[in-house]
Amino acid sequence: MYPRQFEYVAAGSIEEAVGVLAANPGAKVMSGGMSLIPMMKLRLLSPETVVDIGRVSGLDAIEDKGDYISVGALVRHGAVATSAVIGEHATALGQAASWTGDPQVRNRGTLCGALAHADLAADTPAAALALGMTMVAQGPNGTREIAASDFFVDSLMSALSPDEILVEARIPKRGGGSAYDKLGRRGGHSDYAVAGVASWVAMSDGVVTDCAIGITGVGTKPTLAVGAMEALRGQGPDGIAAAADRALEGITVLEDLYGSEAYKAHLAKVYTRRSLEQAVAAAS
Amino acid sequence: MTITMSQVGGIVRRKEDPALIQGRGVYVDDIKLNGELTVAFVRSPFARARIRSVDTSAALAIPGVRAVYTIDDVRSLGPLLAQIPIGKLRPLLADGVVNHVGEAVAMVVAQDRYQAEDAAEAVLVEYDQLPASVGLKFSATDEVKIHDDLESNILHTWVSHDWWPGVFELEDYRPAIAAAKERDDVVIVSQEMVNQRLIPVAIEPRAVLADWSHGYDRVTLYTSSQIPHAVSGAIAKTFGLPVNAVHVIAPEVGGGFGCKLNVYPDEILVCFASHQLEAPVRWTETRREAGYSTIHGRGWIGTATITGTKDGEILGYELDAMADMGAYSQNLTVAIPVLGLYAASGQYNIPVEWTVKCVTTNTQTTDAYRGAGRPEAAYYLERAIDMYAAEIGMHPGDVRKKNYFKKEDFPATTPIGLTMDSGDYITTLDKLLIDADYAGLKEMQAQARSEGRYIGVGLSSYVEVCGFGPSILAEFGFGWDGYGLPTSFSGSGLVRINPDGSATVFIGTGPSGQGHETTWAQIVSDRLGIGMERIRVAHGDTSDAPYGIGTFGSRSAAVDGTATYEAAEKVRSKAADLVAHMLEASAEDIRFADGGAHVVGAPGHTVTWAEIAEVAYKPHKGPEGIEAGLEAHAMFSPGNATWPFGSNIAVVEVDVETGNVDILRYVAMDDCGNVINPMIVDGQLHGGIAQGIGQALFEEAVYDPDGNLLSTSLVDYPLPTATDLPMFELDRTVTLTDVNPLGVKGIGEAGTVGSAQTIVNAVVDALAPLGVKHIDMPLRPKKVWQAIQDAQEA
Ligand SMILES: Cc1cc2nc3c(=O)[nH]c(=O)nc-3n(C[C@H](O)[C@H](O)[C@H](O)COP(=O)(O)OP(=O)(O)OC[C@H]3O[C@@H](n4cnc5c(N)ncnc54)[C@H](O)[C@@H]3O)c2cc1C
Repeated sequence: MYPRQFEYVAAGSIEEAVGVLAANPGAKVMSGGMSLIPMMKLRLLSPETVVDIGRVSGLDAIEDKGDYISVGALVRHGAVATSAVIGEHATALGQAASWTGDPQVRNRGTLCGALAHADLAADTPAAALALGMTMVAQGPNGTREIAASDFFVDSLMSALSPDEILVEARIPKRGGGSAYDKLGRRGGHSDYAVAGVASWVAMSDGVVTDCAIGITGVGTKPTLAVGAMEALRGQGPDGIAAAADRALEGITVLEDLYGSEAYKAHLAKVYTRRSLEQAVAAAS
Repeated sequence: MTITMSQVGGIVRRKEDPALIQGRGVYVDDIKLNGELTVAFVRSPFARARIRSVDTSAALAIPGVRAVYTIDDVRSLGPLLAQIPIGKLRPLLADGVVNHVGEAVAMVVAQDRYQAEDAAEAVLVEYDQLPASVGLKFSATDEVKIHDDLESNILHTWVSHDWWPGVFELEDYRPAIAAAKERDDVVIVSQEMVNQRLIPVAIEPRAVLADWSHGYDRVTLYTSSQIPHAVSGAIAKTFGLPVNAVHVIAPEVGGGFGCKLNVYPDEILVCFASHQLEAPVRWTETRREAGYSTIHGRGWIGTATITGTKDGEILGYELDAMADMGAYSQNLTVAIPVLGLYAASGQYNIPVEWTVKCVTTNTQTTDAYRGAGRPEAAYYLERAIDMYAAEIGMHPGDVRKKNYFKKEDFPATTPIGLTMDSGDYITTLDKLLIDADYAGLKEMQAQARSEGRYIGVGLSSYVEVCGFGPSILAEFGFGWDGYGLPTSFSGSGLVRINPDGSATVFIGTGPSGQGHETTWAQIVSDRLGIGMERIRVAHGDTSDAPYGIGTFGSRSAAVDGTATYEAAEKVRSKAADLVAHMLEASAEDIRFADGGAHVVGAPGHTVTWAEIAEVAYKPHKGPEGIEAGLEAHAMFSPGNATWPFGSNIAVVEVDVETGNVDILRYVAMDDCGNVINPMIVDGQLHGGIAQGIGQALFEEAVYDPDGNLLSTSLVDYPLPTATDLPMFELDRTVTLTDVNPLGVKGIGEAGTVGSAQTIVNAVVDALAPLGVKHIDMPLRPKKVWQAIQDAQEA
């Protein structure tokens, strides 16, 4: 649990941090350090430079911007979990944040850090997918926006390039209702997801007009369940079970200590159904 | 014999807590010495390999590195000492071969840990990988024999009717059980069950710091240990020193659970390095290393069989098991199943036949982990009884009661020849059934089932043989003879009244969170009337603590607590003479209370402890000819172990769609005899039950077939946390023991011994309508779900 030697830079601004990343290939940005530091201690990752953005001011606000909610780079899981505006417009994200780790982790770990880390069993990425969030990345050439559906590339790999920093996550206010449900590794909602599913639905006259479903834990990366989404559009609540049966289209299920392929595939369907039922109830 | 106690029995807040909860406790890693060096180990990536070469040159070139040691430097100091030298003893560093992943091959000493870790990575070890033997069933075939100099991977076989030849003449129950099986009015239930391997995970990993003084020919070792005196013996024997040249200090110890009841190679190696390099040398285990460098526990597979009549009379209980010893034998490794044997028959008056094979495998060594054999024993027995009850359609409580030893049977002899002095099992079970409202729970279960919900009610009973124990056990190998200290399980206490009237109590135990400072102060305060705040309890430092064997096996209060009580009695007797002189009364009439003493019937006629102490230390003020000072030491050697017992009920709900288990209620009814501090007893139960639930639902040390440990971090070794557990509902009965004058029996392991099978019984009860008969622990949702699928297909 002792990292290799590294340089530590406490950045005063995002521009400075991006500059350090650009000048030092292999450098890593640190927000809450909840994933980065354990990986360095286990020597799974040994960056020569760590750029800490934890002291940059002005990045820790959750703001209602009218048609979207802005979550700054240093907003912690705990703040997301207790935010009223997120609870109202992005229930699934609030739930995912509240079931992430324990209070210590939620008080240090950031939403943007978790998204950038792109762990295949992390909770909040499922909500980011279902809610159609947009990631704002800042690099040497300015900022760009990346849709959540393009953001999770592979296990522990996001669409950010090495010299980009995720400075903001935006949640569009699309109406409807959303919910996240999961089975954690210690059972119930405890710990990383063995299977976790976030659903968002928009309803009109008892029919689902639009929806999005993000699944985490079962495959190589947090993924949109496009088959189930397609199946549900235009259906009423009684279409949920059939839609849930298509939850795994496009997902390669991985076995691990917490579940066989068959079991995790089964869970993905169960939690797709459960989260859809809750989202539909919230939207109705 | 019972004694009346005023302090004892009261909820007294723990004296040790203010420091601990404010982060002001001092652990080994908080102690800093000038000029310290620090250690990192080079560990084997293979479960079994021959070491072709070790090249340390690149490591030695790293700045700050002072030395790199291999077995060639320390061979003469090894192998590691053990109590029962059956199996392969552990070399201090790998000697030509490695036998488990993580085995230490070389030791780097550097100025700081970062340099040491870098240097450890730079040590080049060439290995020739060999086939590994992992998994009990495979290892027992000897297809891959692990140690060239041993005949078989099966190191020893314990057979219950012949477990200590020459000492016990026991009935061989096999013919009787075989005959019973032939009867046509019997049912036979039999099930193979795994009691999985666990990693102890003390919150404070192990830590050592050695300071060899060439000036004084003496070594001081700070170590996070439950057995400081034993460690001093082992170090002394290893280096050929008298034990008084080895000063061992166990400061605060952040949890032990048996894993710090071993002498480890690193404790010897840091002393060696400190001697060589003439500097203090430290090593602190990391969480990841703990899976490699500290013992594991449990790791059994066995088939339990009950033969009984259709109306609930058990005619025979058999267990045919294998226990995983890991690669090397350490302190008690091969003896752990014997501790299980002590509890093999639980609360029951039934014929028992046990066979346990001790099998070596290419994995980390196993040894004592909270309960040490007794949780395994209780698990197999109580699961089997539940299956039997289900098979004959009888109330699981009634089956148990029918086969219990009855109150009038005590003292009762167990099938392996031990004497249980006291017990009143039916009273305790009945009280539990009422407290938990068992009948109401079964109604609720029926109601829930009709709504498609799966609720289960699990019951189990246990006996926790503990309070070790009778001196004779030392001859079995349970003394510290192997550590060069021919001793037994005696306990000791020394009570000193200081000249200012305060008291210092020196004890021979090695607590790791059990609250001895409070409990022992209560015992002394009770005898002497000195306020709790004026009593300091010192432990863990071998240069001032009286000799004691340490803290394990739920023994400290029953044995060392009694010794302290007896030492306080001696002090009281002498103090009574002093006070009699001071107050011109008769010694029999002196009573101690409220910070001083008075004459019975004349409460105004008092002296304070400061006044008594002054007379004690100024003998010219005391009675003619009295020896100056006021202190006494006592040792206590119990005539028997103690036999706490109890029964537990768990209520669970299973989500049959996902396999998730939710514990709705956990009710425990324990009988540990007299209770010195109810809050501490409850605390021990809370932790113990949590650990049992951890085994039932979450924890498992997983090795792949090549011997890689897959669960080395807490990400892959889930522990129960407060949010995963229900509020425990605790109550007790008090059946006294006369093994010691305090009437106390022990509570440290009871929660763990009693809980895992209670949970499994509950889950299986919940799923009975689906045809599920057994699920192996840990009952992670995936396994529960799979069991449901399998039962549905069958
Ligand atoms: C004990 C424990 C339990 C946990 N349990 C859960 C759980 O149940 N569910 C769950 O989903 N997660 C869980 N986690 C993971 C936790 O959510 C993440 O560790 C945390 O959110 C990561 O955020 P951070 O700010 O600490 O990121 P850091 O650790 O600082 O960084 C993580 C990675 O992201 C990169 N990074 C960080 N911020 C940015 C940024 N702004 N732009 C670009 N790259 C960035 C870093 O370079 C690094 O590679 C747990 C973690 C711990 C330690």
